[in-house]
Amino acid sequence: MTPELVERLVAAVGRDQVRLGPAELDLYRRDASNIVGAAGAVVFPGSTVEVQACVRACADHAHPFVARGSGTGLSGGATPLDGAVVIAMTKMNRLLSVDPVERRAWVQPGMLNLDLSRAVAHLGVHFAPDPSSQQSCSIGGNVANNAGGPHCLADGVTSAHVLAVEVVLPDGSLVQLGGEADEVDGYDLRGAFVGSEGMLGVATRVCVRLRQNPPAVRTLLMDFTSVHAGAETVSAIIAAGMVPAALEMMDRLCIEAVEAYVHAGLPTDAAAVLLVELTGLPAAVEADTAAVADIGRAHGARQVRVAADDAERALLWKGRKSAFGAIARIKPNYYLHDTVVPRSQLPSVLDTIYRIVDQHQLLVLNVFHAGEGNLHPLLVFDKREPGVMERVHAAGEEIVRVSVAAGGVLSGEHGIGLEKREFMPLMFGPADLAAQRELRRAFDPAELANPHKVLPSPATCGDIHAAPEGAWI
Amino acid sequence: MDLSAFAAEVGDHGPVTVAGLGTRGGAVAGVRAVSPPSGIERIQPEEMTVSCAAGTPVDDLVAALAEHGQTVNLPAGGTVGGALSVGRSDYRLLGYGPLRDVLLQMHYVSASGEVVMAGGPTVKNVSGFDLCRLFVGARGTLGFLGSVILRTRPIPTHSAWFRIATADPRSLLAGLFRPISVLWDGEHADVLLEGHPADVAAQAAEFALAPCEQPMRLPTGRRWTASLAELVASPPDTRPFVALVGTGVVAGDGIGDGAAAPGMTGGPDAARHQALAAAVKHRFDPEHRLNPHRYSHGNGDSGSGART
Repeated sequence: MTPELVERLVAAVGRDQVRLGPAELDLYRRDASNIVGAAGAVVFPGSTVEVQACVRACADHAHPFVARGSGTGLSGGATPLDGAVVIAMTKMNRLLSVDPVERRAWVQPGMLNLDLSRAVAHLGVHFAPDPSSQQSCSIGGNVANNAGGPHCLADGVTSAHVLAVEVVLPDGSLVQLGGEADEVDGYDLRGAFVGSEGMLGVATRVCVRLRQNPPAVRTLLMDFTSVHAGAETVSAIIAAGMVPAALEMMDRLCIEAVEAYVHAGLPTDAAAVLLVELTGLPAAVEADTAAVADIGRAHGARQVRVAADDAERALLWKGRKSAFGAIARIKPNYYLHDTVVPRSQLPSVLDTIYRIVDQHQLLVLNVFHAGEGNLHPLLVFDKREPGVMERVHAAGEEIVRVSVAAGGVLSGEHGIGLEKREFMPLMFGPADLAAQRELRRAFDPAELANPHKVLPSPATCGDIHAAPEGAWI
Repeated sequence: MDLSAFAAEVGDHGPVTVAGLGTRGGAVAGVRAVSPPSGIERIQPEEMTVSCAAGTPVDDLVAALAEHGQTVNLPAGGTVGGALSVGRSDYRLLGYGPLRDVLLQMHYVSASGEVVMAGGPTVKNVSGFDLCRLFVGARGTLGFLGSVILRTRPIPTHSAWFRIATADPRSLLAGLFRPISVLWDGEHADVLLEGHPADVAAQAAEFALAPCEQPMRLPTGRRWTASLAELVASPPDTRPFVALVGTGVVAGDGIGDGAAAPGMTGGPDAARHQALAAAVKHRFDPEHRLNPHRYSHGNGDSGSGART
């Protein structure tokens, strides 16, 4: 950080909104992943104009910058490298406008996901993507990562709910990508921007689609004596032509941990439980509830529990959503993975994951979006144990490789960031990666926006600064 | 799917255009034309995906999927590649979502004649940049689609059109639960409801909708965007128009009036937006050899809004 750049940032947002102290820089060295970088400064813009001024200052000094929402990302996407300027969007957190007729809203990117749905609840609508971090993650972060959540099975992930994005491009200029309509002619630069992990610019306003709340909701819990039976039930439900709003699965260790933590009445002797939520109009929901229960029983479900009321429904979901809190009862540390496999491969990939984890003398809890084949193996461990981190990383890498080899993908909703950057060649060849880099350079020829993320560094450019300085904690 | 022959045909120099069935404007006249392969590779109902070559006729694909109780959200007619490249949804945009959400993975032939893959084979994927959505609606100006994996959906158990006379469809949009389509021409609204027969009947009764055999024709010319409030307050002079209620899209027959493609170029950032689209084009096709003249600042056809 040169003094000139610092002065430009101060001029952009005011002296009290530029932080340079070691304690504060330390707070912004990482996101919710374990990957630590180094921030050169942290700035808190309050308006689009201020974001533009910050980005322009960085561009003029050829200094990298990283936009940051709530820092809940799990792949190191918001970890600053090379002393990047962190542009923290937390002050830009307002709901700008709501159109209750056409069901859309303009929001600032720092607004929290759940705050948005709460703010529009009186209109009978909600924002569909609901990551487990929805109480603390921001809409801007959802856009950057193309975030998902349990209720994305029927309605799709963030990109399906973002109509337009106002973006400060890496040269400081301002554009609107997309429009208020569901479909506009021309290159879908909006689509290219969503999920680009902060590498194409900084979103300063987002126009989101709001979904009608369903008139009827049914939530079922089914338990099985084998993970296979649970996974095959998932495939059978989809093959029967139903698309539940959510279709979630937990395995034995996870059930035990959750039940001890929240007492949701989960059967702790089960090998797997499926949580199925059906939403829509009443007759369809009733018919599908019966059909799902039949499919479950046909696949050996011991018990089919249909939530009798909202309180019981909330309790069942509390079990699912508190899995991450529950694991602390088993081991003090965890590493959460995120891959997708074809639904039909779930049983065999889960078997392989258990074997991998055994071989590395670790424990795994599985709690995941079964309806989409989106696995979330949670490796739990005690980092004080000597050599355990090596085993965690080795097991994680094997899980990623097995998922891709089964016809799956590297990430379903957490993104690539730094965590999976070096795995990209498992899915993409040199020409495929080159095309992605061309898109990046069309938006950011100088590659200053969140550099070194997503795309593996070309062999010719062995820039040691690209490597995060290490510490998995 | 082996795309090497198609890639060799596209080659790495000289203008080239891609031809399908000519349903949506066809290949660029006077330019060497190539055609992608055709054929369905794999239908996977339990994954809700299908893989096929870009030259596969949409109607063949829809018929093949129907045997498995599924369908795909592509507009009827022409080829899969053509439908995606033009990127315009049909009347089901409101209920099924935009066409761009259908494409999960693509193999395309680049301007340098290489086969490039983007996206992933699963219904959920955030690995790498989203080139698939960028290519939907790009009119073959960034690369020629060779093969694709598409998201499918179950065929609804029941589906029916209804009609009601109305000068303001806003109450329908407010009250109906997730209709698949609400088309409005200024005087009537045609509503497509799908789902359980009892639910469909109840919704129709609640809003006094009358059954209707054939919905109004969706004009295939110009498209523009307008808010419903605007449209109701001052319906367009040029008829026919049909609003896809709830989506912000209006379709008309008017052609050649020079109107800019809607929704993209307005506002103070128009010049920067055009420059950005031009940069994308330049990065993917530096010599502007792919579908020449179809590109204009990211707005597809360089002419008027006339296209289908």
